Amino acid sequence: MSDIPYRDVDVDGEKPGGRLMEESYLGERFSIWSWLTTTDHKRIGILYLISTTLFFFIGGAAATMIRLELFTPAGDLLTDDGYNKVFTLHGVVMVWFFLVPVIPSVLGNFLVPLMIGAKDLAFPRLNLLSWYLNILGGTFAVWAMLSGGVDTGWTFYTPYSTAFANTHVSLTAIGVFISGFSTIATGVNMIVTVHTMRPPGMGWFRMPLFVWAIYATSLIMLLSTPVLAMVLTLLVTERLLGLGIFDPNRGGDPILFQHLFWFYSHPAVYIMILPGMGVVTEVITCFSRRRVFGYAAMVYALLAIAVIGFFVWGHHMFTSGQSMYASLTFSFLSFIVAVPSAIKVFNWIATMYRGQITFEASMLYAMGFVGLFTMGGLTGLFLASVPVDLHLHDTYFVVAHFHYIMVGGMVSAFFAGLHFWWPKITGRLYPETAAQIAALLMFFGFNLTFFPQYILGNIGMPRRYHAYPDAFQVWHVLSSAGAVILAAAYLMPLGYLVWSLIWGKRAPSNPWRASGLEWQTGSPPPKHNFLANPKIEGSVYDYHPAQQPRREPSDD
Amino acid sequence: MGEVELVLPAATSAAVSTDGKLVGLLVISGLITLLVASLLGLFAVRFRRGSKAGRSRLPNWFSRELETVWTLATVGLFVAIFAWAASQDFALAVPPARSMEIHVVGKQWMWKAEHPGGQREINELHVPAGETIELVLNSQDVIHSFYVPAFRLKQDVVPGHTTRMRFHTEKTGTYRLFCAEYCGTQHSAMIGRVVVMAKEDYADWLTRQPEGDDLEEDGKKLFVSKGCAGCHYGSSQVRAPRLAGVYGSKVPLSDGRVVTADDDYVRDSILQPKRDVVAGFAPIMPSFAGALTEGELVSLTAYIRSLAVTETAR
Amino acid sequence: MTEAAAPSTPGRAIRSPALASHFHDLRQQHAAADLGLWIFLATEILFFGGLFAAYLVYAVLYPDGFLDAAAETEIVIGTINTALLLTSGLTAALAVKAAGAGMRRSVTMLIAVTIGLGLVFLGAKGYEYWLDLDHHLYPTSPEFPLAAPPAKLFWSLYWTMTGLHAIHILVGLGTWGIILFQTVRRSFSLTDNSRIRIAGLYWGFVDLMWLFIWPLLYLMGRAT
Repeated sequence: MSDIPYRDVDVDGEKPGGRLMEESYLGERFSIWSWLTTTDHKRIGILYLISTTLFFFIGGAAATMIRLELFTPAGDLLTDDGYNKVFTLHGVVMVWFFLVPVIPSVLGNFLVPLMIGAKDLAFPRLNLLSWYLNILGGTFAVWAMLSGGVDTGWTFYTPYSTAFANTHVSLTAIGVFISGFSTIATGVNMIVTVHTMRPPGMGWFRMPLFVWAIYATSLIMLLSTPVLAMVLTLLVTERLLGLGIFDPNRGGDPILFQHLFWFYSHPAVYIMILPGMGVVTEVITCFSRRRVFGYAAMVYALLAIAVIGFFVWGHHMFTSGQSMYASLTFSFLSFIVAVPSAIKVFNWIATMYRGQITFEASMLYAMGFVGLFTMGGLTGLFLASVPVDLHLHDTYFVVAHFHYIMVGGMVSAFFAGLHFWWPKITGRLYPETAAQIAALLMFFGFNLTFFPQYILGNIGMPRRYHAYPDAFQVWHVLSSAGAVILAAAYLMPLGYLVWSLIWGKRAPSNPWRASGLEWQTGSPPPKHNFLANPKIEGSVYDYHPAQQPRREPSDD
Repeated sequence: MGEVELVLPAATSAAVSTDGKLVGLLVISGLITLLVASLLGLFAVRFRRGSKAGRSRLPNWFSRELETVWTLATVGLFVAIFAWAASQDFALAVPPARSMEIHVVGKQWMWKAEHPGGQREINELHVPAGETIELVLNSQDVIHSFYVPAFRLKQDVVPGHTTRMRFHTEKTGTYRLFCAEYCGTQHSAMIGRVVVMAKEDYADWLTRQPEGDDLEEDGKKLFVSKGCAGCHYGSSQVRAPRLAGVYGSKVPLSDGRVVTADDDYVRDSILQPKRDVVAGFAPIMPSFAGALTEGELVSLTAYIRSLAVTETAR
Repeated sequence: MTEAAAPSTPGRAIRSPALASHFHDLRQQHAAADLGLWIFLATEILFFGGLFAAYLVYAVLYPDGFLDAAAETEIVIGTINTALLLTSGLTAALAVKAAGAGMRRSVTMLIAVTIGLGLVFLGAKGYEYWLDLDHHLYPTSPEFPLAAPPAKLFWSLYWTMTGLHAIHILVGLGTWGIILFQTVRRSFSLTDNSRIRIAGLYWGFVDLMWLFIWPLLYLMGRAT
């Protein structure tokens, strides 16, 4: 498997490491200052890669502590407050400082201008600002953690967060608020870039689906993040200034907070998953050597998710005492929003049909994504049906459900994308076999960690419990064991990808023979992306140019 | 390591029908997962690079039709599941002929229950089997959630709101009670048990409880001690509405609205008297928010309710 | 590539210093700037939208409490401020027009007037805050004059809404200040740069938000 026949490593006339390297965006004389003041979208992408990786490991450390604590029923490793702080930290860091920025800001930043043949994003300085805002927000969150932590859960429900928690709620909320501006800045940049900077010849329906996914994601970011900003403002003014509008003693309604919060946070789930769908589409088409099945359907599905996703937030509140008719409406819309996701799954599978499939690490991750996303999506239907949700709401079933989407889905997709574009980003090839092993290990470890949690939820284990009845222990032990494997699988890429930076083989411009403009320039790309104007010919995903099957150059 | 639990007992009628939905969903999603996984596996093997499988191009009409077919099929399936699940909501929404009310107050970090006869318990709830029981839930501080897995039901307990949870008990036994909404430091210690007993045993249990004032008695004392009687009783100087017969009746308000005086109304009138002022009276009553605990509010409401009963009985 | 920009902006064979290196031509650059700001304003509308939604929910829940509480606001100052802000909106719009025509002196004058009106607005707002505090109209004040609990909800919303609006005014004034400085220094071309148009759009948005806040906070209490 390690010997991929068509991966042409040394192409004539393009001696890697020579002239090209010096002209690349990496090649300038290295100085910390030049990196910290860069407005080059590719370098900002790398800055984001470093910062999100850091946050991923902070959040991962918290997850490790959670799983260790839950190994035994008694609350013995951490104190109850300690445990509450750890899961809050895990949620806050993973949601706002890893999952939301990771694909749009790392891969999106790097690839969107390349994919549409532009020299940069529309607002390069705003782009740099967005990274600094993200770091500043993260600093606040980490500062809150170091100075004693916060224990409200990432959802900040009132009145606990406003009147009862004695921890650093305001500091954390301010951190999240600031990172919201970073999200908005990225969203504005992406939308304006896609609208105004496409070259002649690339109409809307000739864009790569990854660009479409980032576009749809940016729409959601722009329309939902401001509401989060407002709800956090109200939370902080209530805590710090006494301007309380959620305080029940004044007739304020804590449920209003939940409405405003989920008006952001449910669409935010789609902020986290749509970019992953974009990555997976690119990867599956490339390694199946097939044109994507149902391009238009894929686009409409993305947009449908982005739009309908705004009208389902009430399904987080079936147990809050909201009216039955409200619940049923939200339930119905939640079923409807699942339809476009299902269409995408079928389209990915149909893309593989009659393909020439190879199994590079990216492809393994992408196939894992399709399977895990399917399971995560289907268990979403359980939670969308009101009577079943009354049982499963706020149990480990929910925890398992969204980890299947976020970790099984989004993190797999991120690794698929990171491996796929690693040669483009760094100019180096990663060791394929090691990567394939890591991908399989991640799939196995993930399922062992989170599948038992479905069972736990079904037998009634509530979320955010520091200690639990003995009867639940078997499943928790399985889950913790899986987490160990998962942790190892996450450390592997850190090892071999860093290794490849120094000892990896030099990559040619198009190691996977993929379509797409980003592969028409050097690996790594020159400072202004393209030395000559990229050619836009045929449609995207032109893996099947002739009207009949084209045999790849024979591999005997 | 304790016994391994896989199947939950189903102790209410709702639990039985929820389990039906759960199994149905499990079968449907299991089949879909199987379909997706086997197609992925099949294509991965059959169309691996260099295999001998045929790769002739699909005609365009075929992909379009296929796309339409599976879109419609998914919509149909999902809407059907929705309708099936929703039918249970409608069935549950029908109010029962009669039900037994038990007041439950959630506070950090315990559950306090008060039976109609005034018996109280903490972190335990005894209920008779074969009865429809309605829990009236209030919170004294933050949001909690009353969750009994064996009932397949949970209901958030929200400060400032009165929420209700109705169930019909079927199977006797002792079941776990959890707080399902994160409520602070000892959230995971806010647990207890619900005991569903045969009717005779329940009656027996009630008699064995220490003699406590019942809710109405309690409320009557509070009505005097907290100063309500000063205005709302007898021939006091202050013009305030008399409360006999108010409960359950239609009350005209000063802004022209008419409301039914139910538990929520009584509660709101005590905590936020300026909100719904009765027509013909001045808004002079002070708020008792903070001056009364949730338990005291429940007792006062029970007393005012009892005034209506004596009135109509007369 | 850079010279290819010529045909789309006739009469401009030399690359304008205002044109950033990653754009083809000024038209593309201006389109990007305009679209970017419009999108930003959409996010601002949703930001305030959360606040207005909260206001609406409580106003429906507690109609009387809100009417009583709203009667305590300083309607005279509020109305004068509305007039000030609308006038500044006019001068800002004229500044944008003048910039399009390259009239540097008029631009300078009009921006200066806009800034002046904005400063007077803030001054009046500050005086009003002082009066409010004097009347103990702060929700945590022990001598808060209104008994109904929802009145505190109203006054929480009052301080939050006007406070956030004032911050937006401050940002706007800062932006105008920088632009005024640059206009006087002649450090940018009035016609090639879109910064005056962008600032004008933003200022228009801040005006518009006030036109929602004014009736909700000041006029409503006088409706009956």
